[in-house]
Amino acid sequence: MTKSQNISVIINGEPISASVPLRTNLVDFLRNQVGLTGSHVGCEHGVCGACTLEVDGSMIRGCLMLAVQADGAEITTIEGFADREKAAQLQLSFQKYNALQCGYCTPGMLASALEYIEAGGKADRAAIRQHLSGNYCRCTGYQSIVDAVVAVIEQGGKQ
Amino acid sequence: MKAAEFDYLRPSNLGAALDLLANESADVQILAGGQSLMPMMNFRLAQPELLVDLNGLEELQFIRQTDSHIQIGSMTRYCELETSSLIQQHVPLLSIALPHIAHSAIRNRGTIGGSTALADPAAEMPALLIALNATIVTRSREGQRSTEASKFFLGLYETALDSGELIESISIPKSTTGSACGFYELARRHGDYAMAGVAVTAQRTDPINDARVVFFAISDRAIRAETVENHLNGLSELTEEGLENARKEIDKLDFHGDLNAEVSTKRHLAKVVFKRAIEEMMR
Repeated sequence: MTKSQNISVIINGEPISASVPLRTNLVDFLRNQVGLTGSHVGCEHGVCGACTLEVDGSMIRGCLMLAVQADGAEITTIEGFADREKAAQLQLSFQKYNALQCGYCTPGMLASALEYIEAGGKADRAAIRQHLSGNYCRCTGYQSIVDAVVAVIEQGGKQ
Repeated sequence: MKAAEFDYLRPSNLGAALDLLANESADVQILAGGQSLMPMMNFRLAQPELLVDLNGLEELQFIRQTDSHIQIGSMTRYCELETSSLIQQHVPLLSIALPHIAHSAIRNRGTIGGSTALADPAAEMPALLIALNATIVTRSREGQRSTEASKFFLGLYETALDSGELIESISIPKSTTGSACGFYELARRHGDYAMAGVAVTAQRTDPINDARVVFFAISDRAIRAETVENHLNGLSELTEEGLENARKEIDKLDFHGDLNAEVSTKRHLAKVVFKRAIEEMMR
């Protein structure tokens, strides 16, 4: 029998209580039980960054935290980022600079880029690349992703 | 893959955690930041029966100073070390090395105690603690004891931790006037496990003394290279000849290959990282 525990969390501003299997990680809980499929599951060992999401104000790997550990926490996923000014600008900028192709890495990439910008990161390409080093993109070669992030920092994503 | 089944408990204080850890009838594993343990469980390389989650134990989360030392609670996260003015001021080697430890999202969860207890031969923390002459303070129900970092890391994922014991804190001597440090690692991608890396410290007096050179990701554990240090100590200035003599000793270290690189590659890379770390130290 699967061992479970009740948790109460706030997800994108909405309080949710659920019984979660102990062995379920946070991103699987969000996708399979809550139905928020914006956070993606790639490698399941913390290397690819596709599951990056925010817990209590810190960007973390959704595959390397158990859902049960999130009890009492405030979680923001890509679905919730849209309400934040810089996230909305990043999304437009990604579109404009073709910073995505298949889109699999994009939710995690946006989360990491958002963390960089909200922390006051400069429009320094090397520093942006270093900050995004934990997010794999197999389509774009990163150039356009860095372009999109630089544009938001320099001009808020506008022309 | 997904982790196998386990029980999970989150004790509310250190005493309760130590009681759970003392249970010898079950395969108990401490969950710290989980940034290495969770992957190992997902790969089913680790299948503990009971996870004891130390997250939330505020008594293990601190960075404080005494006259001579910086003391860091074992559940202190890398992101907290990165932004700590005490660390920046008194443990500069840690400050320059932290950005190389995995990626931001990992540093937001990963803890200094977790990495120390795991003793991954490719991880930065064991080498840094040996280079910093740190002391690892451990605790069990029987009491507290202290172990020098140089005697704590015994081999591949092997430490001096006894069963029923956990790391309580790490104590690092404050950097003194005249001391200098350098750090360099080569990885396939910034933040990935290194293919070879080194931490160096020394007193930049005339002559140089008290050099400490500790390699990681080249063997089955972090290795202090005393034979290399001997060539640095006593030099009035760092000449090309002095550096070459030190580099020759690197060849004789106990290299182990891994998935990233074979022995001959690691031997070459060890000399590269050594040169760059020394350049940083002497800058």
